[in-house]
Formats: sequence, structure tokens, C-alpha cells
Amino acid sequence: MIEPQQTLWDFMGQQADKLGVQTLQHIGLTFISLFIAVLIGLPLGIYITRKKSLSGLVLGIAGILQTIPSIALLGFMIPLLGIGAKPAIVALLLYALLPIIRNTYTGITGVDATVKEAAVAMGMSKWQVLFKVELPLAMPVILAGIRTATVINVGVATLASYIAAGGLGEFIFGGISLNNTNMILAGAIPAALLAIIFDFLLSLVQKLNFKKIKGAVKIAPVLLLVLSCLYFIPSAYGGKLTAGFTPEFMGRQDGNLGLQSKYGLKIHTIVISDAVMYKAAQEKELDVISGYSTDGRLKAYNLIVLDDDKKIFPPYYAAPVVREDALRKFPELEKTLNLLAGFITDSIMTELNYKTDYLHQSPERVAKDFLVAKKLYRADKGGKEGVVRIGSKIFGEQYILASMYTMLIKGYTNYNVATKTGLGGTKIVFDALTNDQIDFYPEYTGTGLLAILQAAPKTVTQLQTSKDSTYNYVAREFEKRYQLKWLKPIGFNNAYALMMREKQANELHIKTISNLKRYLDSK
Amino acid sequence: MIKVERLVKTFCTTKAVDGISFEVAEGETLALLGTSGCGKTTTLKMLNRLIEPDSGTISINNKNILEAPPETLRRGIGYVLQNNGLFPHYTVAENIAIVPQLLKWDKVKTDKRVSELLDKLHLGKEHLKAYPNELSGGQQQRIGLARALVADPPVLLMDEPFGALDNVTRSKIHSEFKALDELKRKTIILVTHDVQEAFELADRIALMDKGKIVQIGRPAELLFKPANEFVSGFLNEQRLQLEFKAIKITDLWEHLPEGGRKTNTSSLSADADFWSALEQFKFIKGENLNILNQQSKEIKNISFEALMAAYSQYKHLQPHD
Ligand SMILES: Nc1ncnc2c1ncn2[C@@H]1O[C@H](COP(=O)(O)OP(=O)(O)O)[C@@H](O)[C@H]1O
Ligand SMILES: [Mg+2]
Repeated sequence: MIEPQQTLWDFMGQQADKLGVQTLQHIGLTFISLFIAVLIGLPLGIYITRKKSLSGLVLGIAGILQTIPSIALLGFMIPLLGIGAKPAIVALLLYALLPIIRNTYTGITGVDATVKEAAVAMGMSKWQVLFKVELPLAMPVILAGIRTATVINVGVATLASYIAAGGLGEFIFGGISLNNTNMILAGAIPAALLAIIFDFLLSLVQKLNFKKIKGAVKIAPVLLLVLSCLYFIPSAYGGKLTAGFTPEFMGRQDGNLGLQSKYGLKIHTIVISDAVMYKAAQEKELDVISGYSTDGRLKAYNLIVLDDDKKIFPPYYAAPVVREDALRKFPELEKTLNLLAGFITDSIMTELNYKTDYLHQSPERVAKDFLVAKKLYRADKGGKEGVVRIGSKIFGEQYILASMYTMLIKGYTNYNVATKTGLGGTKIVFDALTNDQIDFYPEYTGTGLLAILQAAPKTVTQLQTSKDSTYNYVAREFEKRYQLKWLKPIGFNNAYALMMREKQANELHIKTISNLKRYLDSK
Repeated sequence: MIKVERLVKTFCTTKAVDGISFEVAEGETLALLGTSGCGKTTTLKMLNRLIEPDSGTISINNKNILEAPPETLRRGIGYVLQNNGLFPHYTVAENIAIVPQLLKWDKVKTDKRVSELLDKLHLGKEHLKAYPNELSGGQQQRIGLARALVADPPVLLMDEPFGALDNVTRSKIHSEFKALDELKRKTIILVTHDVQEAFELADRIALMDKGKIVQIGRPAELLFKPANEFVSGFLNEQRLQLEFKAIKITDLWEHLPEGGRKTNTSSLSADADFWSALEQFKFIKGENLNILNQQSKEIKNISFEALMAAYSQYKHLQPHD
């Protein structure tokens, strides 16, 4: 375990500031989107009671919007609106629309026809009928819709942290990535409480006497606005530079915690998902991000890696990890896999990743082009002396490596190959290996050390200064515990890294993390 | 005052109203009578433009109702519905004050008028702050009437106003209705399917069937000079009771014996109907009744037997069906 055991209460106490900020942001997000959803949904709901032929269409569209999984909806928003509050609010408001439109519609169509007729017969105009009769009588139903929308929004707002809009999701998803139960609960419990409290308060409003609602209708928008403004309080204090870190990075010793303790780095930080972080850096919404040093987007978006001069990020050198019985069964295998050893540097790997991730070339093509250029490529011999099973995790770099190994085995040996690529995360692919579902896959030394061996913090500190000591340690331990052999490292180090836009880093003369700290502390 | 000419209204394929014409004089009460679905409501709603006719014209006070904006027209016409249509979210006072509010009356004038109406309709002041659902059906219907009368509109349209009430409440409201001075001056069109109600409350009755008026005339005319089988058939079931109500003492006047003993017995106006005279005898068993004829300023003192004799002589003179 990276952090010592502590109670939920301790954690909340320690993080009270953050908890407060996140809660305010959460309430703010919920009500800004709700406010806009009411502004749109109420008139729209009224409109379709007047134009019934449109009601099916409008309710249908609002219904479909609600069936889009929330993560996907947030994803759709990024190309349109970038990251941060805007896309989160739009996504939330789209969710809130259906209950508001639907209840406005049913509420108004449900008003007793005789009462409406009496209103018209007494000489009320269309608007007078709407405001004096239909809306007041439909109000309990409309409020029920707003109540539903509020509860939905409190829930969905937890996902806003994926696109750097803050809220209690920061703790929840950070906690999930870090397997830190206290952190998850510190986000989940307040979120649940918010849902319960708002639901309860709105149920009281709903039960109010018709008379009092007349007044409440006037104060409701004001109240909504006030609650909405809560969102902006935390963002009022910013800093010189803004960092965007993944939830996982936020809670790791070899991540943000290390940056704070070893470097003393203090930077205005927002939490963001890996998927949108690089783009946000390019678009100057973020200045410093936590990424992986061989990520193709580094090249695509003109980012550079800051040198980790105090060595807080453990090395993540890649090498094939093979079952020992497979090496015995396929005598040619080790030699063949080692053909790649030392060939791929950080910059080459970045380049290759850039081709798949950004130029959308197939991993097979990228692998073949590379092998051909390095004169390593040989045509498929159509081997029949057994099948080597190759595994890989579910991201581009691993696909490329798996393809290269496939081509090498087929070209240099008489074995055939079966690939089982896309085996989710570390745990899944590693279990597949130990359970003899695959014969080997490419793994990283840092992952082996921290995720698989779960080495004690003390060991980690000792090892992480040197690339070789880490490799030697994991090779020895894997052999002993799992009868798995680490072959020679491929060459690149896909470690955590801090990145900045190249242009900005040059302008500010920041090359290392210590430079960054000095810049932030100046003035 | 109200003139309706060749009114037609078709819903899809149903001819709800099929060429209806009639006139109502100022201060007169006309009942639109007929079985359910014959087009009474549709006719009534065309008068305040809740429904627009396909063809035909309607004028009130010689002015085509299409000339003014519908809202203005409606504020000058009282409308009472069967299910009262009171606003459930308004108190009794607010319900009655809807039209004054639309007409922008000041508060003092409105309050004064509301309490005046409550008095006339025998509703206590304690109900002012109540909501409609806290009141009985009869009380709700009275408030519906008050709401229609509040701005003193010259015309009142009533669609089965007493239809939802039980018999006892209904006959109580009927007699209040007849006694209400506010209504004496008004031109009223009353829709009903209840023959008794039409005979009791209307000056004239338009009997409708399948979107057309079959016969229009005074109750006695429908009863004694039915235009066709349909009319007599419609009235037959309750014939005796209707006749008793349709015949006024003045109709029998010439058949009643002159003079007689003027004892200190109770007296009755000759405008009353035969039914009321019979009812009087229930209370003053064996005694004579003084009847005062306003027009001729005569008083006749008659016995029960004399009254019945006059009735049968009168009947002999009517054509039989
Ligand atoms: N809005 C409408 N749409 C279609 N048909 C209608 C509508 N209103 C009334 N009708 C039809 O027109 C006819 C007359 O209805 P109505 O005037 O309500 O009759 P009444 O009041 O005499 O019972 C009926 O056959 C009824 O079904
Ligand atoms: Mg009707």
C-alpha cells in the first residue's frame, strides 16, 4: 500500500479544503445546468402542448439524449466545446431536459379541460390562461420533473471530473484508480447526501400550498442562480500555470504526491482524464500535464517532457515477459524476440505511437514499415512447428510491439503465431500469462515492480534511481515467484512524465521539473 | 337582443349543429332542450366564440359578434358550466373576482361586489377564504353563478348548470334562481336535457334534435300545440306534471267563479302556475284561496273543487293529440 492506513474521517479532515471546493463545484455544476435546462425545457414543454404534432418528436429526441451513456455524451462534447465547465454543463443540461420537458407537457395537458374552458370563457387571453391557470395547476407536476432532473444531475455531475470540470467525481474516480476506499467514499458520500438533501428539499417545495408557490416561483430562479454561482467561487483563485493531472497521477507517490514532497511543487491543478489531457495542453487550457513519455500525442501536439532531475518517476522500460515452459517448448523464441532489443528508443517509440494514435495507421503497417526500414523484416515462412501465443494490453504501443513480434516469429522461425491482443489492463494480461493462456507479452519494469510485485515503498525508493537495478529486481522476483523470464529491454522508457508545450517551455526556460518549480516560486 | 341565423357546425363527419336560427329578446330566458348529443352545447359555445361556426351569423344588440376581439366579447357574457369549472387554486373570493380583475376594477369595488353577490346567493362570508374543493356541490354551483354574474353582464349562458346536483339541492337552487333579482333583467340562454327544468325556468323553449330546432315556443305551446310526434313524445312521460306547471292561473281565470267569500285565508298571485295553487291547498286544507289578478286588479276566492273544475274546462278547449 502506498499510503498508510487511515480512517475515512482522517482523510476527510486532511482534505477538508478540497472536499469543500469539490462540493461547491458539484452543487454549482448541478444547478447551472438545471437552471439552463429549465430555461429551455419549460418553454419547449409549453410549446409542444400548443403544437401537439411536434410533441412526439421533441420528447423522442430528449428521450434519446438521455439514453446516451453519460461518459459518451461527455466525450461527444469535447470536440465541440473543449474541456472544463462548458461541455460538462451542456452534457448535464441535456440529461436534465427530458424530465423537465415531459413533466411540463403532461402537467399542462393534464389541467382539467373545464377549468381551462372556464378561463377562456371569462375572457382571459392565451397568456393569461397560461400564467394564471395552466402553469399554477401544472406546477406540482413540473416541480416533480425538476426534482428528478436535479437528482440525475447530482449523479451525472460526478463524471464531470473526467473533463476537468471538477466536482466530487475527482475523489471518486481518483479513489477508484488508486484503489483508495477512503478517497472514493469521501467523494461518494457527499454526492449521495447532496442527492438526498436536494430531493428532500424539492419534495417540500412540491407539497407547498398553491398559494405559496406563487411566491416561490419568483424566488426559485434567484435561488437557482445563487446555487449556480457556487461553481465559480473555487476557480476564482488560480495560479500562473495550470496543471492537468489524471486522477491516478494525483494520488500516487510516484505522481503528484512525489512532486509535492520531493520537489515542493505547488501548482494550480485540475483533474482530467487521460483521453483529453494532451489536447487540452495543446489548446493552452492546460500548461503542465502528466503523461507517458512515449505517447504519440507528445509529437502530435508539440509537447516536450520535463527532465525528472530528482528521479521520482520509476523507470518503465519495456521488455517481453515470457513463460519459462514456452522458452523450452520453442527453443528459437528467445533469440527471435531479442532481435528487437535496444532498437527502439523513446523518440522512436513516440514516433511509432504518433503514427497509430494520430495518423491512424494500422499497428501492423507501422510495425512492418519499421522492421523493413531497420532491415529486420523477413517474409512469413508459413511455419507449422507449433503456435506461439502473444498477448498485449489494450493500447496502441502494445499492439505495435505485438505486431512486430508476430512478424519476427513468422519470418525467422518455423512457428506460427496466435495473437490475443487487447487484454484490458495489467491484471488481465498478467493473469492470462500465469494461467497459460498466452506465452508472452510486453511489460514495463515499473509496472512489474509496483503493480504486480507491489514492492514496499522502501524498496521502490532504493530501486528507482537506476534503470538497471529495477530491471534486475523484477527479473529476479518474476523468475522466483512466477517462473517468468524478462528478456532484454527493448530500449524505451515509457514512464510517467511532466510535459509542457515546447514553445512555452522554451520561452520560460523550463527544461526540468526543478526549473518549473523555480519559475512557479518566483515573484 | 340575441339573433342567431342559419348556424352550422360540423365536426369531421358529425353535423353537430345543422342550420339553427332563433332570437332571444332582452330579459328573456330561452332553454335549449334536447337529449344528449343533439348539439346544445355546441350552439351555446358558438355564442361566446369558444367554438367558431362553419357558417351562419350571430349578433348581440345588432352587432355581429365577430366584430370585437373574442376576449372583449366574453368579458361581457356570463358563462356557467355543468361542472362549474372553478379554479381549484383560487379561493372563493378570488374565483368570483376573476372577471373584475381582468377588467381592472379596484379592490374596494371588487370586494363590495363579491360580498353583495355572496349575500344574494346565500353563501356565508366564512367561505370567502375557502377553496372550491372544501365546498358542497350546491355551494360550488352558486359560486360558479356568482362568478358569471359579478360584472353584471347583460347576457348569461348556462350549460346544464344544475345537471350535477342531486334532486333536493337542484329544486332548492331552482327556486333561488327564480327569485334572484339579478337574473330578472338578464337575457339568458339555458341548456338543459331536463324537461322539468326547462319548463320551470324558461320563458321559451327550443326543443332540439340532431342539430336542428324541432319547435320553439312558450312551454304551454310545446305542450298543447306540439309541432309533431317528436315533440309530444318528448314531453309525454311527464305530461301531467308539466301541464300543471305550464298552466297559469291567469289561463284559467275566465273559468273560475267570480267573487266569493273573502275570508282571512292566504292569497296567491294569478301569475302563479296551477301546480303552486294545488300546493297551497295542501297547507290550508278545506279552506278557500284568495287569488289576486294584477292586471284586472280582481280578487277571486275559490275552493279546491272550483279550481279543478276550471282546469278541466280549460283542458276541454285545448286540441287533443
Ligand atoms: N370537439 C368535438 N369534436 C368532435 N365531435 C364533437 C365535438 N364536440 C361535440 N361533438 C359532437 O357533436 C355532437 C353535438 O355535441 P354537443 O353539442 O356537445 O351536444 P349536447 O350538448 O347537446 O349533448 C355530438 O355528436 C358530439 O359527439
Ligand atoms: Mg352538452
